[in-house]
Amino acid sequence: MAQRASTIAELSCPVPLRAKNTVLLGHGSGGKLSAELIRDVFLPALDNSILSRLDDQAIVRVNNQRLAFTTDSFVVKPLFFPGGDIGSLAVHGTINDLAMGGATPLFLSAAFIIEEGFSIDQLRRIAISMQQAASAASVQIVTGDTKVVEKGKGDGLFINTTGIGVVADDVELSADRARAGDKVLLSGSIGEHGIAILAQREGIEFETTIESDSAALHTLVKDMLHAASGIRCMRDPTRGGLSSTLNEIAAQSRVAMELEERAIPVREEVASACELLGLDPMYVANEGKLIAIVDSTNADAVLKAMQQHPLGGQAQIIGTVKASSAPLVTMRTSLGTTRIVDMLSGDQLPRIC
Amino acid sequence: MCLAIPGKILDCQQVNGMRLGRVQFGGIVRSVSLDFVPEAVTGDYVMVHVGFAISRVAAEEADRTYKLLAEMGAIEEELVAENAPSGNRALD
Amino acid sequence: MKYLSEYRDERIALTLAAEIVRQTTRSWVLMEICGGQTHTIMRYGLDELLPPGLELVHGPGCPVCVTPLETIDAAIELALRPEVILVSYGDMLRVPGSRSDLFRAKAEGAEVRVVYSPMEALKIARENSTRKVVFLAIGFETTAPANAMAAWQAKQQSLTNFSLLVSHALVPPAIRGLLTSPANRVQAFVAPGHVCTVMGCGEYEVLVRDFNVPIVVGGFEPIDLLQAVLMLVKQLETGEARLENQYVRSVSNRGNLAAQKIMSAVFEVADQKWRGIGLIPQSGLRLREEFAAYDATRIFNLSDISVEEPAGCISAQVLLGLKKPTDCPAFGMQCTPENPLGAPMVSSEGACAAYYRYRRHAVAS
Repeated sequence: MAQRASTIAELSCPVPLRAKNTVLLGHGSGGKLSAELIRDVFLPALDNSILSRLDDQAIVRVNNQRLAFTTDSFVVKPLFFPGGDIGSLAVHGTINDLAMGGATPLFLSAAFIIEEGFSIDQLRRIAISMQQAASAASVQIVTGDTKVVEKGKGDGLFINTTGIGVVADDVELSADRARAGDKVLLSGSIGEHGIAILAQREGIEFETTIESDSAALHTLVKDMLHAASGIRCMRDPTRGGLSSTLNEIAAQSRVAMELEERAIPVREEVASACELLGLDPMYVANEGKLIAIVDSTNADAVLKAMQQHPLGGQAQIIGTVKASSAPLVTMRTSLGTTRIVDMLSGDQLPRIC
Repeated sequence: MCLAIPGKILDCQQVNGMRLGRVQFGGIVRSVSLDFVPEAVTGDYVMVHVGFAISRVAAEEADRTYKLLAEMGAIEEELVAENAPSGNRALD
Repeated sequence: MKYLSEYRDERIALTLAAEIVRQTTRSWVLMEICGGQTHTIMRYGLDELLPPGLELVHGPGCPVCVTPLETIDAAIELALRPEVILVSYGDMLRVPGSRSDLFRAKAEGAEVRVVYSPMEALKIARENSTRKVVFLAIGFETTAPANAMAAWQAKQQSLTNFSLLVSHALVPPAIRGLLTSPANRVQAFVAPGHVCTVMGCGEYEVLVRDFNVPIVVGGFEPIDLLQAVLMLVKQLETGEARLENQYVRSVSNRGNLAAQKIMSAVFEVADQKWRGIGLIPQSGLRLREEFAAYDATRIFNLSDISVEEPAGCISAQVLLGLKKPTDCPAFGMQCTPENPLGAPMVSSEGACAAYYRYRRHAVAS
């Protein structure tokens, strides 16, 4: 993979790192390392035109019906957190992957990899939670699998899902469709899920509980598609946060984006927690929000539809797509200056400095 | 180098020989060690670094100097609009 | 958030910037010492607001960047021992050692835990009595009192499974070294506001007197930094050299006596190696003899690690403000945040990472 640093660079810096040949945790965090792993390992091996679009879902045509098809794995720790658990997260997350392609989600599968010794009570709680989430979203979990691995080989519980939905013929959503002049829309406040998880996992106690925003977005998407045409693409900014998702879209569409910091909603508790831990909300995961790139004539109509939906009350237009030779996401700060919103390299960690 | 955030002391207690306080930072409350700010009491603001209060915010001093800044800002508002930095300066 | 948000007020910031522009009649080179200040400058694009003649160079106030390789290698070695739980602040996890970093060690099976506060490290020790908890205690003077308290409490509680791997650096000796270097270009300094919150301003008064340079103790929000820069410009333009305190809401002349007290009870001044820069005499802290039982370097049989920095290392020159990150041939090419070659690219406070993250488009255009 990465070449050893050149001679000049070796002399320039204290210690050049060897090339990576093992997978790091950072490879799973949804940022640059993840992108590298996909680009350098999986795409070359599994290459086909649908996969290489790298959308959250694959849209395939079977007997003249367009189907959206997706898979996802859930390895979250802790398993239970304010606002949900690994089960409800799995259901919402899979539904959202389908919804981002404009699909009406219909059926899910759920496969469980359980570590020996896992509490059956907890398993039951998670299963019930999944059923409740699915039922509320009018989807059914119709098939599954269970495997048990030896103690020490599993981290408690992993859930893998797949999902299937139907897509109307006139819906064409893809991350490579953003064009200069389009508007960037965000459905609500950012950073809640990541902070909720981090606070729980690291034992950082806040007296005011910050809850994950985990939610199924398909009815919001439906309202948006109904309100107007001109929606180029939708994505949910999960791992890696808002900035990673926007950078991905910018890269795939080969455009630049200019965001307005003041337009991006952040709840007070989340902002405070981020200040305390030295985190930037732009990089914190969300599980109940979406980004939509909409052409400028239709942006206001789509925004209005979002704001009228319970999950889009705080929706805002947060930026504009610009033509550019180099895909870059920048942001006008609250002082009117410009900063780059870069892609995350690995996981964002709390800092003291 | 040193991320320290201001928070308001909601209450103080002695726990295992350490003086702890519940401190409110905007929308959240967290337990903080007050051992380095013996003079700080409930209602005071403190600067907190890695879970320890390292100073008591000199509220009167801060409010006074901030007021001067704000007034300067109000008076100068017209001038700022005229002389706004061009933003074209060569970036390093 | 009170005493935070209002120091990001746009109108006041732009007013201060305009005043800086008005007052600056010549070129000046200023240094903000603290990495946290660098971060704010980059994140809010404050340098965009300054007149072209004012050059900001970024100082060595990034504890992550200056932690010696030996310390990181020792931390990794300890972390890989099955009986050890290595506890660290988040900043240190991705910093490259000679061969690896703590993140990678974690991937290889080491138990590495991130904490926000040293008190959490003590808690981990109490809850894991069969394991040896080692706390990577790094930082400048700001963090020293808290780290000292961890050692103090460990002794009070007679913990037998807790130790600290200490690497503390003191700011004034590094600035003195910088000012005595014939290559120094810096004419005025923004001193680190949280270090001074703990230590007071006395050491910086001495630097002003010895080197006849203006120093302003500055805070960390945009308005703090702009106001500090304005105060420095005013001094420079009139040929003065004084110590001033911009960060009055947190800094007093004497500093925090209770914090200083615990620091001297637990630590003593020692020679310290600064990564990339080398040994600076009497510029660090180590645990006193009374705390030997909590000193990881004394408890554990660590391999004799001695790492030589390559000659002409540019990280040092960047840290001392002699070169910009963009002067480094590897910047943004072989050396990026996901493939960092040196510490200043890893730490979010490091000049290189700050440059890369926030200002790269300037390089590209």
